[in-house]
Amino acid sequence: MSDTRTPTGGTLLTPFNIVAGLILLIGAVITVLRFTGGLAAVSNLSDYNPWGLWIGFDLLVGVALAAGGFVTSAACYIFGLKRYHSAVRPAILTAFLGYALVVFALHYDVGRPWRLPYPFIVQPGTTSLLFEVGACVALYLTVLFIEYTPAALEWLGLKRARSIVVKLTLLLTIFGVVLSTLHQSSLGALFLIAPSKLHPLWYSAYLPVYFFISAIIAGLSMVIFESSMAHKYFHDKMDDTHLAEADGVALGFGKAASFVLFGYFIIKVVGLAVDNNWHYLVSGWGAWYLVEIIGFVLLPCYLYAVGARDKNVKLIRRTSGLAVLGIVLNRFNISLIAFNYHLPSSERYFPHWMEIGISVFVVTVGVLVYRFIVTHMPILYEHPDYKEEH
Amino acid sequence: MAITRRKFLSWMGAAGVGVTVGKSAQAASNKHFTGYPDGMGVLHDIARCVGCRSCEAACNTVNQLPPPETSFKDLAVLDRKRRTTPAEYTVVNRFDAAGEGSKPIYSKNQCNHCLEPACASACFVKAFSKSEEGAVVYDASVCVGCRYCMIACPFEIPTYEYDKALTPRVMKCTLCHPRVQEGKLPGCVESCPTEALTFGKREDLLKIARERIRRNPDLYIDHIYGEHEMGGTSWLYISNVPFRDIGMREDLGVTPAPALTSGALGSVPIVVGLWPVLLTGIYAISQRKDKVAEEEQALAVEAARTATQDEAAAELKKTLEMKEKEKETAVNMAVKKALEEAAKAQEEAAQAREEAAPEAAPEVQDDKDAKQTEEDS
Repeated sequence: MSDTRTPTGGTLLTPFNIVAGLILLIGAVITVLRFTGGLAAVSNLSDYNPWGLWIGFDLLVGVALAAGGFVTSAACYIFGLKRYHSAVRPAILTAFLGYALVVFALHYDVGRPWRLPYPFIVQPGTTSLLFEVGACVALYLTVLFIEYTPAALEWLGLKRARSIVVKLTLLLTIFGVVLSTLHQSSLGALFLIAPSKLHPLWYSAYLPVYFFISAIIAGLSMVIFESSMAHKYFHDKMDDTHLAEADGVALGFGKAASFVLFGYFIIKVVGLAVDNNWHYLVSGWGAWYLVEIIGFVLLPCYLYAVGARDKNVKLIRRTSGLAVLGIVLNRFNISLIAFNYHLPSSERYFPHWMEIGISVFVVTVGVLVYRFIVTHMPILYEHPDYKEEH
Repeated sequence: MAITRRKFLSWMGAAGVGVTVGKSAQAASNKHFTGYPDGMGVLHDIARCVGCRSCEAACNTVNQLPPPETSFKDLAVLDRKRRTTPAEYTVVNRFDAAGEGSKPIYSKNQCNHCLEPACASACFVKAFSKSEEGAVVYDASVCVGCRYCMIACPFEIPTYEYDKALTPRVMKCTLCHPRVQEGKLPGCVESCPTEALTFGKREDLLKIARERIRRNPDLYIDHIYGEHEMGGTSWLYISNVPFRDIGMREDLGVTPAPALTSGALGSVPIVVGLWPVLLTGIYAISQRKDKVAEEEQALAVEAARTATQDEAAAELKKTLEMKEKEKETAVNMAVKKALEEAAKAQEEAAQAREEAAPEAAPEVQDDKDAKQTEEDS
């Protein structure tokens, strides 16, 4: 608690802060344009391409990469892998920020964001998978918030409130897994309704399963990736337990990710076989599909396995970056690249620079809030008052 | 009754989890919906369309859409392929036929008003509904603007007012629902000069279409587009050229859109029911494992402690015995040493006496001493 306001030194004018400030400024300008000129003023969205980068990246990628929360808390609290305990808080924080930013970014994308609660308070469209996504994301955001509160309550010194929340841990964890299973899979199921628009190599009745399994990969990889970033920039905030367990977390999660990636590869092949889509592999789309499957599924699977065998933490950390990129590629393929594959190139979508600007803005907000929280609250270390628990 | 049920479901929806029951019950049912019995529709006879754009003009007027950039009489717009836009609920496109010198084909495009609409199935706030009269009606007052309806629509019909900052709406043909309720014809049908459009009950339109194909088998393709496509649509088409040649997809299949997602929706209660039980079980097992491990550890520690104690006791005993022995030996040694010393002293004393005293009977004395020493030891 004795930390300074700026972790990198005494001045606010660090290069990082200047760049972040500029991004926030540009974001603010685009925000004004968006809510005065409409979506047309800042995006390349069209009647053929109603969903762009804000859905493909901010929603689909954002939710997948925030899966570390439920994966880590389930590993620690349900499966009893207590040696990952120090990884739970950072993972919950990342997940909470991730989901909060997803909802924040949605306010740019939907036409009338103030109506976002309408499906729950006016008339629910329960036949829609988007309803399932919305309901689960809203509930899960609440769950993540409660799961995160002990850190804030310790910071604020509210011991009674904290002990109540801590008692709910198991219930919240189970609730989190249920909600994550539902909405991670139904994000994939969103595209089930459009078999005529998504390329057959990516369209499959297994889309919900693919999304759920790859979310586990994303969650595991993101915990490793985020931890390596945190080690670089917030090393001084970590206590001995965290530092001692960090390598074990990377090795354990890397090994798990290798297994899950292999399982994912198998069910992808099963999907190809079930729909008998082999012949598409010998086309341009097929080559692109193979890039995804070999370069971003099999390769990280192999590298993780080698890293786990050789206890090579560095390799595992680098592989986590590759795996995260693979998830981004997969979500882009399904929502943007292989979606509307049948349209002529003149009617295809490419994001406007201001759409990219908002996505960068949203990520920057996330990084800044993350930095504030880990430098002020007990995330990467245990609060001395509560060390003896668990 | 219907309202009560809807209210009930909406409360269930607000409750969150409970909604999955209502959802799955619908999604997983085997009921096959074939459209409202008296639902109306339009038959578009593509062979009769001359591309005059009268329908477009009428649509613009009756729906009070913004005025077009160029007059509806301007046929130059037909040179490029157009789609529906927020200002154009319907567009006519020209397709140049394959054969040399043959006449171009014109085809009108608008919302097909599916019997089981993808947009209505996809909408998470029920902004779309299929009316009993046949129209798929949109309610802008609840629309959030997520545009999932546009993703879902296989005919790529709904459009969006991207340029409106605060009140953007999804825009699409209404089948002139308000006019039909007043007993009037849809604007486009009323204005068509060649009777390429026929409004009526869908059932009747199917009969008319079949009759036309039967009478002119050489002219028409033997297919009524919309009879089964995506589960059937209220708009029906017959044509003198293959539909794929005039921009109409023939690969959509006959599965209505809701059936595409019912499986995924049906898995919700499975997840909600199964996961908590399974996870609690796994938790219990891992707790039990921890407890057993703890107990085993405690037992092992106890055993190790006992073993160590026994060993220590044995060691102690041994040491004590050794000490005892050592002590005995030391005592014996000391006694022996003392005796030896005593003997030596006696010897020395005797020697001294020998030297001092006369030689009278010295041996006898010596023998006596020696005997005494032996007895002592």
